[in-house]
Amino acid sequence: MAKKLIYGKPSGFFDTFDRRPGITHSTHYCPGCGHGVLHKLIAEAVADLGMLDKTIFICPVGCSVFGYYYFNMASISVPHGRAPAVATGLVRSNPDCFVISYQGDGDLGAIGFNEFIQAANRGENMAVFFVNNGVYGMTGGQLAPTTLPGQKTLTSPYGRSVENEGYPLKVCEMVAALDSPVYVERTAVTSPKNIRAARAALRKALTYMKEKKGFSLVEFLSGCPVNMKRSAKDTDEWIEKNVIPYFPVKCFKDIANERKPKQSPVGIYDKEKVKDSLLATEKIHPSDESELPVPDIKGELRIKCAGFGGQGILSLGMLIAEAGHLQNLKASWLPSYGPEMRGGTANCSVVLSREAVGSPLVKTADVVLAMNQPSIDKFSPDLRDGGILIYDSVNIKFDNPGKCNVYSLDASMIAKDVIGDVRCANSVMLGAFCEIIRSIDEKSFISSITNNFRGKEKVISMNIKAFQEGRKAVRK
Amino acid sequence: MSERNKIMLRGNDAVIYGALLAGCDCFFGYPITPANEIAHSGAALFPMLGRVFLQAESELAAINMVLGASAAGRRAITASSGLGISLKQEGISYIATMELPAVIVDIMRGGPGLGNLGPEQGDYNQVVKGGGHGNYKCIVLAPNSPQEMCSLTMKAFELADNYRTPVYVLSDALIGQMIESVLLPDPVDKKPIPDWAIAGTAEYRKNYITSIYLDYDDLERLNLKLQEKYELIRRNEQLCESYMTDDADTVIICYGIVSRIAKSAVNLLREKGHKAGLLRPMTLFPFPSTEIQRLEKKISSFLCIELSNGQMLDDIKLSMESDIPLHFYSRMGGNLPNEQDIINKYLSVHGKTNG
Repeated sequence: MAKKLIYGKPSGFFDTFDRRPGITHSTHYCPGCGHGVLHKLIAEAVADLGMLDKTIFICPVGCSVFGYYYFNMASISVPHGRAPAVATGLVRSNPDCFVISYQGDGDLGAIGFNEFIQAANRGENMAVFFVNNGVYGMTGGQLAPTTLPGQKTLTSPYGRSVENEGYPLKVCEMVAALDSPVYVERTAVTSPKNIRAARAALRKALTYMKEKKGFSLVEFLSGCPVNMKRSAKDTDEWIEKNVIPYFPVKCFKDIANERKPKQSPVGIYDKEKVKDSLLATEKIHPSDESELPVPDIKGELRIKCAGFGGQGILSLGMLIAEAGHLQNLKASWLPSYGPEMRGGTANCSVVLSREAVGSPLVKTADVVLAMNQPSIDKFSPDLRDGGILIYDSVNIKFDNPGKCNVYSLDASMIAKDVIGDVRCANSVMLGAFCEIIRSIDEKSFISSITNNFRGKEKVISMNIKAFQEGRKAVRK
Repeated sequence: MSERNKIMLRGNDAVIYGALLAGCDCFFGYPITPANEIAHSGAALFPMLGRVFLQAESELAAINMVLGASAAGRRAITASSGLGISLKQEGISYIATMELPAVIVDIMRGGPGLGNLGPEQGDYNQVVKGGGHGNYKCIVLAPNSPQEMCSLTMKAFELADNYRTPVYVLSDALIGQMIESVLLPDPVDKKPIPDWAIAGTAEYRKNYITSIYLDYDDLERLNLKLQEKYELIRRNEQLCESYMTDDADTVIICYGIVSRIAKSAVNLLREKGHKAGLLRPMTLFPFPSTEIQRLEKKISSFLCIELSNGQMLDDIKLSMESDIPLHFYSRMGGNLPNEQDIINKYLSVHGKTNG
């Protein structure tokens, strides 16, 4: 007759703890520690629920940092307090796995509270098992966020003072107040009755995770006899008498049945789709069929556009850069930066070249397009000898010092009177630039305008008209 | 490659393009200027392609989410700027110790402290020298154009996987903000989940990932293993661009935005008959010492130009085997040298060294 096994090690544990250096038949936990009981409940439940292959056990910083010695499931030990963030990374990148974030009161309630509460608030599909023994165990018994008022620890030798440290942190109560979490329960691993309730609670949390219902928190009031300086038995009695009255053992929230399973399909990496989508997001690129020759620019054409914020200065630069790009020039565009932004002026640097562009910052310019007085005052001295200055004469008074080629046009007035919208003044300036530079084809500028305002047909036609008016104005 | 693949891209956006072309699965990040466009692009493009985008609650959370995704055997990236990188250092030390691949982008701004939003290179030490606790280092790639923001981000994933180590893409506010023509590289082939991952299936159940080694000899062995890896990286992965160095008398050494300005300055100097050259490290760890040692045998001096208090200067000194002069010119606080500043520095160096 086969032997009937009535008591054995749960299959969620290894048969022998070979990862543990030295002693491989028992855990490293102290006698009377709550971790031992809880580990066993978890090992048993994960196995019974058929989740061993898919579950990843996260070991926190604390006495349970070595959880991976014992659990026969994939494990990772993570930075102090960061378990819910690591769990988020695991479960978001691989929504088919199950993650147990096993954390103590210091790890969860102090250094990692933000990671914890934010994961709860996002409703991540994970189970957080929160071991609350009211003390930092691994570091030798310091005050925890959940240490009771008056309780003595190494860092509260006169007892926790609510004046100094405030009242203990009520984690379940806080989490239950959030909308996302589906299940919040506090239990204790102190007596057979309480342990049976704890066993049921953690199984419920694991089941909800398996059903992808979202975030569950189970808190376990637990003993640390060594740091509480009591025997194992006295510790459990002390918890029942002192801790449970402060931290009531009960279910705070259980709404999993109201929630649909999370739909988190794992994205499949599709090489071709990636490239097609990325190119489709930017409609502007030189065409293979382009009959337009690469403009005959010697060296670099270094351009500065400047004016008031709101005059479309950055767009003007971008339209020039894109037009060059469309004809297979190397083009760079850089918005104004740092001290130059002061004084209400906006400016950008554009460089066009047949070769790779050197500095994208234009100091000495070949062309300056100025749309207000401060801009021409600031940037016209930077024009190289024989450079080109194009300015909006509506806004600017300028005495030509005679070392550069100056073109003035009533860009703002043309935009306002002929086009009917002063905001098109930058396209008038663009037309002037096209007419003066000549080496870049008008078709490229028009494509650039069309791309820039794509989807807005009326705006496109107004700006193209403004562009043509700009060309005309310079011809005069 | 088709001209159709050429588009105008902002440096920061190009990081996301590179990540997606490298088959990156997840982006986790926290808002910070001047790196924000990376997250903006990620938020728009990752979900569109079935990838994961999540705005984390903090820099700490972001790097630990990367840690989690990487432990699951997926490709993950995060991006930030100096002060945010400081916060991530704890997680990066763990990632390096656990030998997980990860890609971290740092768009440097002015510092220290809250600093400002201008371009600076004051993160060199915290990025190139490890930065967090312990004896680890990260591979550091230094792009100087939107094109390289894309292609070096792709390379970062490849190196991270090959060496199982975190890799930085270290750039600055201006390279991040500028828009330039970019030729999109071909996407990579789909990568299998590595055998060390905790990927949530039966075949991966035996795996565990940790960074705690209570036994001193065990931890020393791990440290020695890491040092061997860094030595291999130092031997195999140095990358730099040498421009006009063949007949140069003085070689300017700089990276990032400074290298763009310096290239223009070198061109202007050459037009006037001066023999200036440019060495641009594209990897900062490993530092291109081999090229420095090759060049120092034939030139009269180096000129290091940095937007920092001389953080890269130390690595140049450590690389040099000769005693030729090493000059230094720096701007900080978000300020930049212009071409003329660099030309003037070059000329003053020659006033001194050539009498």
